Amino acid sequence: MTAPPPTQSPRPSLLRMENVSVSFDDLTALALVSFEMQAGDTRVVLGAAGSGKTTLLKAALGLIKPASGRVFLFGQDITDLGEREMYDIRSRVGVLFQEGGLFDSITVAENVAYPLVNSKTQRLPVAEVDHRVEDALRFVELEHTLEKYPGELSGGMRRRVAIARAVVTEPPLVLYDSPTAGLDPITANTIMALIAKERDSQNTANLIVTQRYQDGQLMANFRYNRSSGQLEPISPNGSAANHGSNPRPTVFMVMKEGRMVFEGSQAELEASRDSYISKFVPKHS
Amino acid sequence: MLDFLKPPVAAIQDFFGLAGLALRNILRAPHYTDDIALQMDVIGVGSLPIVILTGFFSGLVITMQMSRALAQYGATGQVGQIVAITLARELGPVLTALLVAGRNASGIASELGSMKVTEQIDAMRALGTDPIQKLVTPRMIATAVMLPMLTIIADFVGLCGGFVIAYFTLSQTASQYWTNAYQALEYNDIVQGLLKPFVFAFIISLVGCFYGLRTSGGTQGVGRATTEAVVVASVWVFVITALITRIFVNLT
Repeated sequence: MTAPPPTQSPRPSLLRMENVSVSFDDLTALALVSFEMQAGDTRVVLGAAGSGKTTLLKAALGLIKPASGRVFLFGQDITDLGEREMYDIRSRVGVLFQEGGLFDSITVAENVAYPLVNSKTQRLPVAEVDHRVEDALRFVELEHTLEKYPGELSGGMRRRVAIARAVVTEPPLVLYDSPTAGLDPITANTIMALIAKERDSQNTANLIVTQRYQDGQLMANFRYNRSSGQLEPISPNGSAANHGSNPRPTVFMVMKEGRMVFEGSQAELEASRDSYISKFVPKHS
Repeated sequence: MLDFLKPPVAAIQDFFGLAGLALRNILRAPHYTDDIALQMDVIGVGSLPIVILTGFFSGLVITMQMSRALAQYGATGQVGQIVAITLARELGPVLTALLVAGRNASGIASELGSMKVTEQIDAMRALGTDPIQKLVTPRMIATAVMLPMLTIIADFVGLCGGFVIAYFTLSQTASQYWTNAYQALEYNDIVQGLLKPFVFAFIISLVGCFYGLRTSGGTQGVGRATTEAVVVASVWVFVITALITRIFVNLT
């Protein structure tokens, strides 16, 4: 007796951008960017400061209205939605802002509980909220900081709390804006390991905006193993060890002055001869 | 050709847009009552000491100045009347509004400005809450409730300040001063004395929120937003008080 093979249903589209352009006054921040992310996808966006990475992320959430083009979240066109109509859709996306974006007037626990308490789609009893907050903070190994204020934490800890807040609602899609910016290399690795762990234990799709190639490298080549609780390199001959779920290859994307100048796999990125693109790939010594 | 007019006109339009949204939210769920209570404490109770101090000394000073002027006509007995009218109609509301503008328009602008530059406002929107509903409306309601109350307190303390001078240096009796002050006030004075702080409250809170929410350019931007908020709120307090006074002078 063999189990019936899993039916290959088309994976739902989570985020799709079609020729999105954004401009601030006379400055073009995004120009004709198009891509699609489906359930389980990992996409790493590289680019210099001011290349439109953060704008891309905010446009994806509808925080910035595109001048032209269309944005779809979960298959729904959000381009022309009003702010109030967008709250429900947005609450299904997890976001980590640059520097975390934690509310510094409330405690860590209240910060993490915020998406649970304040969104209209999630109406949970208090006990359940507390439970979910503790779980989320335990996930980032900060369960002892519940009553602290964000200002009392170190930069790395704040970033971890922000991750807990981003994933507390268990969203199918999480957007990370420069999760490692301004952190030392060791803390940066801890943060990236957490993000990979979150991705692989919840099967979320990730859009990661970063300046560090190593961040993308880690997302593309490592997988969290639930049984060992460790990050393990993906073996070249498939990944049967990882619960049979084939990790989707990470897609890399490079932004330059608002334009998408590269989209492809890690191998293609490393093979690129373009002087701008190859700047992001460390030279093999 | 008239390009230089565009930014101020756009700013005024944005301001009224914000004011409209903030007012509409009063009737809409969710209501953040905790935030309203917190802001009432910050704006109302927090401003109390400075309002009492300023109110008392302005009453004191008006009485000293007026008693000298009235002495020329031998009418120092009428000093209570003058203090009462000046305070209730004009000085109470305007001084209190200026103090609250300095204290709270700046506080609001810097708080919201810091939240803006650290992406907390974006985070709020991303997490499914309306920053106008959560931040602006509670501050507006709290100021609209507290400023008239602070004004009443300032008026009363100012009259007390006047009484100190009337009693000790003009040798008036308590009943002479207070009766004189009390009888001078008409409904008209009370109405305009309470209408003014109510209108000022909207200006102060909304100007503070407006400049806070449009902060850009990091920490320096927060400082700029704070300064602009206080200056603009104070200027509008003077303009509006002139308008309201004009209307009430015509009414009688």
